[in-house]
Amino acid sequence: MTTTAARPRTQAPAGRLPGAWILGLHRGALEIKQFFRQRDQVVFTFAFPVVFLFLFASIFHDDVRGSGVTASQLYVPAMMASGIMSTSFQSLGISIAVERDEKVLRRLRGTPMPPAAYFLGKIWLVLFTGILETAILLLVGASLYGVDLPSDAGRWFDFAWIFVLGLTGCALLGIAISSVPKSAKSASSVVVLPFLVLQFISGVYISIDTIPDWMLRIGALFPLKWLCQGLRGVFLPDSARVLEQAGSWEFGRTALVLAAWCVGGLALCLLTFRWKNRRDA
Amino acid sequence: MTAHANELAVHVRGLRKQYGDVTALDGIDLGIRRGEVFGLLGPNGAGKSTTVEILQGNRSRDAGEVTVLGADPATGTRAWRSRVGIVWQDESAPAELTVRETVRHFARYYPRPRDPEEVIGLVGLDAKADSRIKALSGGQRRRLDVALGVIGDPELLLLDEPTTGFDPAARRQFWDLIRLLADEGTTILLTTHYLEEAEALADRLAVVARGRIVAEGGSVELRERYGTGATVEWTEADGSPRAEHTDTPTRTVAGLMRRFDGEIPGLVVRRPTLEDVYLRLTGQEDAR
Repeated sequence: MTTTAARPRTQAPAGRLPGAWILGLHRGALEIKQFFRQRDQVVFTFAFPVVFLFLFASIFHDDVRGSGVTASQLYVPAMMASGIMSTSFQSLGISIAVERDEKVLRRLRGTPMPPAAYFLGKIWLVLFTGILETAILLLVGASLYGVDLPSDAGRWFDFAWIFVLGLTGCALLGIAISSVPKSAKSASSVVVLPFLVLQFISGVYISIDTIPDWMLRIGALFPLKWLCQGLRGVFLPDSARVLEQAGSWEFGRTALVLAAWCVGGLALCLLTFRWKNRRDA
Repeated sequence: MTAHANELAVHVRGLRKQYGDVTALDGIDLGIRRGEVFGLLGPNGAGKSTTVEILQGNRSRDAGEVTVLGADPATGTRAWRSRVGIVWQDESAPAELTVRETVRHFARYYPRPRDPEEVIGLVGLDAKADSRIKALSGGQRRRLDVALGVIGDPELLLLDEPTTGFDPAARRQFWDLIRLLADEGTTILLTTHYLEEAEALADRLAVVARGRIVAEGGSVELRERYGTGATVEWTEADGSPRAEHTDTPTRTVAGLMRRFDGEIPGLVVRRPTLEDVYLRLTGQEDAR
């Protein structure tokens, strides 16, 4: 600490506080930088769905009767949906719980940073990693398992809104669940267990036509089932609709449920988000 | 008078806080003038951190009146937060970022920040500016915490045990920094359990024990008011050491002079130190 000459306090009128949007952009860049510097987290987030896609799509590859698709093809949109939820719900749920436990959040709260900038930063992170994850899975699916990329713009538009609504809903749910674990240590089990269960009852690991109806009905309350279904609609031929519970892709209902989760998730976050650990209240 | 309250950077009356059955603060009164360096001294668990956290706006209170820079911290706006700098007791900087990235980023939150490079220099981290935070030593992380506390050029700086974990050289450098900030007119409240630190830095001190302020004043004033008497030590002719606590040390020494007929072997007259006063006030005399 070098001692420099005393600097007189500037008497200028109070400067303007920087806006939430611009600070959100800066936080986003910082979050992405931090994310990619944590090798473990990068590998865990990106490799997990790819490894699972490889395993499932290679083990189950027969034609699914009367649908015109192979089991491998079914797994591609399923794993993309799972990847979107992993980069949003799982990664936010765990990382925010850790940041809260390590008092990173409390420190931010002690600065004039607007809370919205923090959430915007998280959304940029999730958008960035989610797009990357989806692109990787799509690449693997198209090159190894014969999934055809849609040729008309309408399907790509469907893909865009399913991706954005699904990612946002899952991210908000992730922020909400981050308040549940009591400490960073318990965060991964609290977040991963419900995610795992949802993957089983939403048609990620197991084809939707072999899951009992009552389980599907529970799965249908959450966004993952609709994310899976919507992506199947985008990337599978219409002949595969016979496998769906309703016999159609139900894009309208998918949009409705995912949008409802975005609104409900936001309300849940606003009601439950804490800057401090429960012990610290 | 309200004019009086306006001169105060921090004004606290009857502050109370309860954690379950435990009373953490039992009616704290504080007045810190603008530009003053104020030391809050006390043993662990006395209520120092709770007080500072309430002043930061990061903890709720059960009762009492609190005004910090003219506002109630419980309802502190962004503009208010930009005028208050905080150095936390436990570090929490993002491990994967470098010192420079972190300081520059935090500077963005404030309307009129200091120059990040200047601040990195002030806390003596120039050589570590491009190191990841996870690679810093404990003392270096504390310096980063200080950097993040002053980056917004605060009017009021709240430091909760800022030099815990510093080596003696780093502590002296930190003192220089605090004096520099004080010279610039920053109001500073620091909690510490290092008496020499409080004595070296603070214009005024308050001693906290069991959730109450038991004494308040300058360090010399506290010593004079609460440190009565003196201890006279000498060595007897047979070589055994003796000590006597007395309110009239001069009379004791005069008596010894007559007895030894001139030089008194091993004579020491010791006035109570701030530490003696502190231990007495906080009821920890037995700790000596």
